[in-house]
Amino acid sequence: MSKPARTSRRSGIRGGEAASGWLFTAPMIILLGMFLVIPVLMALWVSFSDWGGRGSPFGGNVKFVGFDNYSTLLSGGGLAEQDFGTALRNNAWYVVLVVPIQTALSLLLAVLVNRQILRGRGFFRTSFYFPSVTSSVAITVLWLFLFSSTGAVNKLLSFIGITGPNWFNDPSGILHNFLQLFGVTQGPAALTDGSFLGVSWWDWLAGPSVAMTAFILMAVFTTSGTFMLLFIAALQNLSGEVTEAAMMDGANGWQRFWKVTLPQLRPTLFTVLTLGLIGSWQVFDQIYTGTKGAPGKTTLTPAFLSYQSAFNNQEWGQGAAIAFILFVIIVFFTLFQRWVLRERSVSNRRMRPYLSVANGATANVVAASALTGAGSGSPGTDSPGSGSDPDSHAPDTTGGTR
Amino acid sequence: MQRRTSRWMIGAGLTMAGALALTGCSSSFGGTTSGSTGSAGDLTSDSSKTLTVLIGSSGDAETKAVNAAVASWSSSSGTKATVSVASDLNQQLAQGFAAKKPADVFYLSTDALAGYASNGSLLAYGDSLANKDDFYPSLVKSFTYDGQFYCAPKDFSTLGLVINTDAWAKAGLTDADIPTTWDQLETVAKKLTTPDQVGLAIGGEYARAGAFMAQAGGNLMNEDSSKATANSAEAVAGLTEVKKLLNDGVLKYAKDVGAGWGGEAFGKQLSAMTIEGNWITGAMSSDYPSVKYTIAELPAGPAGKGTMQFTNCWGIATDSPNQAAALKLVEQLTSKDSQLAFSTAFGPMPSIKSAASDWKAANPVLVPFLNGADYAVGTPTAKGAADVVTELNSKLESLKTGDPQQILDAAQKNLEALLK
Repeated sequence: MSKPARTSRRSGIRGGEAASGWLFTAPMIILLGMFLVIPVLMALWVSFSDWGGRGSPFGGNVKFVGFDNYSTLLSGGGLAEQDFGTALRNNAWYVVLVVPIQTALSLLLAVLVNRQILRGRGFFRTSFYFPSVTSSVAITVLWLFLFSSTGAVNKLLSFIGITGPNWFNDPSGILHNFLQLFGVTQGPAALTDGSFLGVSWWDWLAGPSVAMTAFILMAVFTTSGTFMLLFIAALQNLSGEVTEAAMMDGANGWQRFWKVTLPQLRPTLFTVLTLGLIGSWQVFDQIYTGTKGAPGKTTLTPAFLSYQSAFNNQEWGQGAAIAFILFVIIVFFTLFQRWVLRERSVSNRRMRPYLSVANGATANVVAASALTGAGSGSPGTDSPGSGSDPDSHAPDTTGGTR
Repeated sequence: MQRRTSRWMIGAGLTMAGALALTGCSSSFGGTTSGSTGSAGDLTSDSSKTLTVLIGSSGDAETKAVNAAVASWSSSSGTKATVSVASDLNQQLAQGFAAKKPADVFYLSTDALAGYASNGSLLAYGDSLANKDDFYPSLVKSFTYDGQFYCAPKDFSTLGLVINTDAWAKAGLTDADIPTTWDQLETVAKKLTTPDQVGLAIGGEYARAGAFMAQAGGNLMNEDSSKATANSAEAVAGLTEVKKLLNDGVLKYAKDVGAGWGGEAFGKQLSAMTIEGNWITGAMSSDYPSVKYTIAELPAGPAGKGTMQFTNCWGIATDSPNQAAALKLVEQLTSKDSQLAFSTAFGPMPSIKSAASDWKAANPVLVPFLNGADYAVGTPTAKGAADVVTELNSKLESLKTGDPQQILDAAQKNLEALLK
């Protein structure tokens, strides 16, 4: 079918279409090229050069230095490597805590405000979304006040008899602090002797510092609203029929959420996790306006370190190299997460209870697709999720393999 | 398929070429080789352009004072000049240098000197200044990189001992008790320490603890930052003294008493003494006007008196089209009259010796700060030293339980790596 169509497009009456296509997309391509592609390529070149920040990076006296900037960061053994390791450590903990918490919280909020019986849904939706529309700089300043040693948060804690920490001045890691409760102040030799990127394994396991924890709370507070909106949109797209069918089969509310609703939200879940992952690996403005890496470098993040090495220390090559390493990290985690969330056929072990109940093969398919949310495999059920999925990937694998 | 790919390639190629041509319109994109290496042999003097002065201002008073000084120079010399205030000085400077259109004259910190000097952005004009010999030698050292005196110190500050006079009298101390040695400092700090007030509170960082190192005769690097001396016996002795005071409970870091810096701890009367620079007077009069205080020189250690100094300079860009006029402007801005006017407006100390007696007469209370100029040491200026100091600061936070020798060994290793 598609082959003859393709050849006919080239000739005759449709011959000029390609040219018009290019013409119409040209403004955007030029804009993107000029402000995105070319700067990125220039930065890539800077990361391989010894450019010092004066004049053009393509000037005659800028030399190609190969992977020098990268090796200084990854195996230089100096302060640059140690700083980079510290920044990665800080940001990794940030991601590990922010992404799951904000996803879970936004899903919870979405489910809560999506219920038909809730009064004043509009009010709740707006108030949950409000932090997202406020500028992050303003919220950072607010946070600095709330979490100061004599701030509102510590006042609240004092009402229940807790002496709050000196939030933004406390560099101790929360996991270390937790272990300290049991008298563990020094890591085992196995952890303190070995190190990765100039940071000992024991310090990698320190957990986010108390200061970083305040930023984690802030990220959850500000982004949950945005992602709640995405989940609400997806929830409203779900057809009630599948849920009704599950009800008829005797599934209770808890089971309906985990086994029917959530699987259908998979494409949105993927979007939310990906956006969350990218956003939280690139933390910059909070750090820039808030702590600038202090206390004890525990709020240093790769994005901020990149800025600092370039603009404050004139190490432009290293700054650019950090940015590209960060890019690789983000791409890796996005692909990894895509692989984890991929559509899978139902395993035989899971399928067994249904096989013993149902007899026909068709019944199996329906049951399976209802379970995994790959509704498009079964005839008659409109797949609600895949429509809003920007990169819908092979939606009919379940049906296909059956 | 082949044809499609090649078309796509042509399209993409055209786009890239177009975009490159467009970006090429912004001047000097590639190909420009910088001949001048930043020496002040022959200065450029294209008087058709307006001189731009970029400053990082502490507030309206400073902006107004600099504006007035530049305007008066402008009218007397006939060269146009404008002042702009940077919101992020480092970033705006870096952008200017990268675009080869930097501000002609700008504030420059000791931290940033090495970076810009090493990439050739800065004009090393220090030796051509008419008033070169009038600057304090220690300040000149702070702006010497690779043996060249780069830029004229704008003004400076030193650290002094700030004492709450009410607490002092309450503890039964008199003027004769103002400490001049470490032993005396320990004694008065102990007397001043009460359940709600610690004797001495300082910021837990090199910029304060370094004064003790200086009093013991050490510092992180030697005077011209060509050799790392962080783990010398003298430097270790200085830090050991700080540790001792911390463990005796008579010295606390400002953040441990719930303050952001020494001045805040002192102003909120959480401590009876602090070690801060002359900028503290501004905070005291605006935020804590009821606290009465006096200022003394820091006590001497085993190697005599010692304090830290902090300074900025007037940088001139190598790429400035009118370096000659910029130099004249800087000479005017560092003259006695201008510096005394700046001092009245926003409080820094003049960087030239000839203004000292006038300044002391005008600020009798602050004399100990200026006396510090004779024995003050600067922060290291080697490229990347600021990072080492940040790292050191993070270690100093746990000095109470840490080992000064180990902390300084690590700093030594990092500093040595900079000099390779």
